Amino acid sequence: MPAQNEAPQFPFPPSPVPYSPGPQVRELMAKCPVNQVRLPDDSTAWLVTGFAEAREVMIDQRYSRALVFAPGRQVYGVEATLSDALIAKDPPEHTRLRKLVAAAFTDKRMQALRPRVALIVDDLVDAMLAGPRPADLSRSFSLMVPASVICALLGVPVTDVERFHEWSNAIFADWSRSREEIGQAYAAMSGYMSELITQKRESPEDDLISVLIDARDSRGKLTEAELVDFCIQLLAAGHETTASSINMSFVALCQHPGELARLRADPGLIPAAVEELLRYVIISGSGFIPLARITREEVCLGGVTIPAGETVLPSFNVANRDPAAFEDPDRLDVGRVPKTHLGFGAGAHHCLGAQLARMELQEALRGLLTRLPGLRMTRPMSELEFREGQVIASMRELPVTWDDA
Amino acid sequence: MTWRVTVDTGLCISSGVCLATAPGRFRFDESQHSSPVQALTEPDDQVRDAAASCPVEAILLTYAGTGEPVPPPD
Ligand code: HEM
Ligand code: SF4
Repeated sequence: MPAQNEAPQFPFPPSPVPYSPGPQVRELMAKCPVNQVRLPDDSTAWLVTGFAEAREVMIDQRYSRALVFAPGRQVYGVEATLSDALIAKDPPEHTRLRKLVAAAFTDKRMQALRPRVALIVDDLVDAMLAGPRPADLSRSFSLMVPASVICALLGVPVTDVERFHEWSNAIFADWSRSREEIGQAYAAMSGYMSELITQKRESPEDDLISVLIDARDSRGKLTEAELVDFCIQLLAAGHETTASSINMSFVALCQHPGELARLRADPGLIPAAVEELLRYVIISGSGFIPLARITREEVCLGGVTIPAGETVLPSFNVANRDPAAFEDPDRLDVGRVPKTHLGFGAGAHHCLGAQLARMELQEALRGLLTRLPGLRMTRPMSELEFREGQVIASMRELPVTWDDA
Repeated sequence: MTWRVTVDTGLCISSGVCLATAPGRFRFDESQHSSPVQALTEPDDQVRDAAASCPVEAILLTYAGTGEPVPPPD
């Protein structure tokens, strides 16, 4: 175990390859699946990069999310807005809220939604085909697929996308951004959502916000604050993550022309490719600190003894490159069909939108690879610009072009 | 009335939601699919919640005596 003063400063500098782990975290991984790091407030935490170990932290109830929000404890960036959220609670409190929406995001429901998503994808591709080249894939496609879908599910007007995307960009802030800025964006988004909830209270519609209002008003299942927060998080998490995943997956494929060609030649590989991309492609920004867990008691993890009350950071995305779990983990292989991966986390907080995101990514790749011949980036990867201070990598633009049909 | 717990491993996506929702009641088998620790259990809210939280509806709860499905939690 390294002495506290040797613990490296975390987060590490940006990786030269935005979708892959950088050299500093690789060095730690090679040492031990669990290593001590120093956080920006000078406290120490345990960074967990081993696959089995990260999964254990996310599943085992000896690691608490709720204790992260204990009074006086430092929380970073976006975490400050999450204290009332699903992601901030432990079972059984967590289960109470999660049950309210689990049925709306099952695989069955998502497969029923697929034709509608395919239509959204095709309309966006049609618009690209009718428009100028190069086009900004990020703005015209990657953002609009998940934004349109989550708006339809929640009952939010997609015409408001500019507003709520700006707010959620400000909210998904890493440790380096000011509390005030995050707080202002959150307040603006709360105001917007409360207004929408008021409208839907008067005239309920066939959408998820109305379902949650009913769970509160007729059945007392959640508080008003939880209701508003829930809707905000579904809207924000429901579009930023998938948008980044489409962008970064496309960029990663462009850097692996052999794999891209394989996928174009056999679109039947798309579902497998999506799983491999979810494993391989890191979509967190460089300043991302994995959502913390606190040990409730002394634990032994990956051969390391961690006392009670310590901060543990399950680095699920880096753990997807653990050679103990995947053969040749740093190779992108669209035919791999990984048995499991941690792209959606694990345990109580396993991504609520996992089956939705999978389906969206499959339809998005189908649209991009089968309908836009020779789709490619017009700039080298090194010239891509990312917004500063985001926990989810957010490209300013992703210029692309394609060949005539 | 005793419940029977079954996991359809063909559906299970190894999310670990059930392992965390009903601690000690589910575990991963060698192929990383969830499997009930005990196939038969007395009625248990956490097990019922786990079944209701599974993202692929892979967990089936039935009454051991009749084979009728256990109703979901409210
Ligand atoms: C490719 C796209 C996506 C990725 C990679 C992703 C990833 C994740 C991960 C890793 C977590 C767990 C975080 C942790 O435990 O520390 C999570 C949680 C969550 N995700 Fe996603 N997500 C995606 C899309 C979505 C979508 C489309 C929704 C919309 C409903 C969504 C909603 C949520 C929610 C509500 C949680 C918190 C769940 C809980 O605490 O019970 N995500 N996601
Ligand atoms: S909740 Fe469902 S999908 Fe997840 S591990 Fe349990 S049975 Fe498998």
